[in-house]
Amino acid sequence: MKIRINLAALKQIRGHEYLTRFLLGGIITVVTGLIAKHFGPVIGGLFLAFPAIFPAGATLIEKHERDKKRRAGIPQTTRGRLAAALDGRGAAMGTIALAAFGLLVWKLLPRYNAAVILTAALAVWLALATLLWRVRKLHVYGSRLDS
Amino acid sequence: MVEMASVDNAAMELVERFLLGGLIVSVFAVLGDVLRPKGFAGLFGAAPSVALATLSLTLLADGKQYAALEARSMIGGAIAFLAYALACVFLMARRHVRVTPTTISMLSVWGLCSFGLWWTFLR
Repeated sequence: MKIRINLAALKQIRGHEYLTRFLLGGIITVVTGLIAKHFGPVIGGLFLAFPAIFPAGATLIEKHERDKKRRAGIPQTTRGRLAAALDGRGAAMGTIALAAFGLLVWKLLPRYNAAVILTAALAVWLALATLLWRVRKLHVYGSRLDS
Repeated sequence: MVEMASVDNAAMELVERFLLGGLIVSVFAVLGDVLRPKGFAGLFGAAPSVALATLSLTLLADGKQYAALEARSMIGGAIAFLAYALACVFLMARRHVRVTPTTISMLSVWGLCSFGLWWTFLR
């Protein structure tokens, strides 16, 4: 399955939805900083992997799917929940790559250039997350062929 | 005078954190909106957006060792995020529980797992 960009999806998102995500992102980053200041970097660091944006994103997905079905004349549907669950499955794979991001920064940051390490860790996150998603796709496709 | 300057600096740091965090989280969220298929876009729900914003500012303010310690704890947070995401998927896909109550209430799973990992391995 090919990865593609659908810019038309941006039109479905309203101004206040962009604002909500900006506010959530800003607030959680501030809170993470304050927690690290008061309780130290060990506890503060846990919040670097706080699911800050996932609840808002999943809610948005459910709402858009529900609206789409309503416009098609289907008032009751579980499709929104299933779409959000699919998003959650993707996020679950992303968390494994997120742990790899943390591992790389933890081990390499004290010895090398900070900008290089953060960029490399981001590249590793993206590559590993994509690889896990591809492997999962192959597995699902393979098991469908077997059945 | 010195005290006022330090309060100003602290407030400025909070504003910087807020703007940078909001910006990076928004960029990753938009990527998640436009990328298809949806399962792939879901990966961006666990993007290191807060980590990038926080680590960049921590590096400037507190140095590499402090930021590295935060990154070590982040591994525990990521494992807790995995438990959280799996719990959400189970409730939404298998039990058809509504999305908002699921994703909000299951944050307790993240909290329990991350503090359990901290208590066991990081303390």
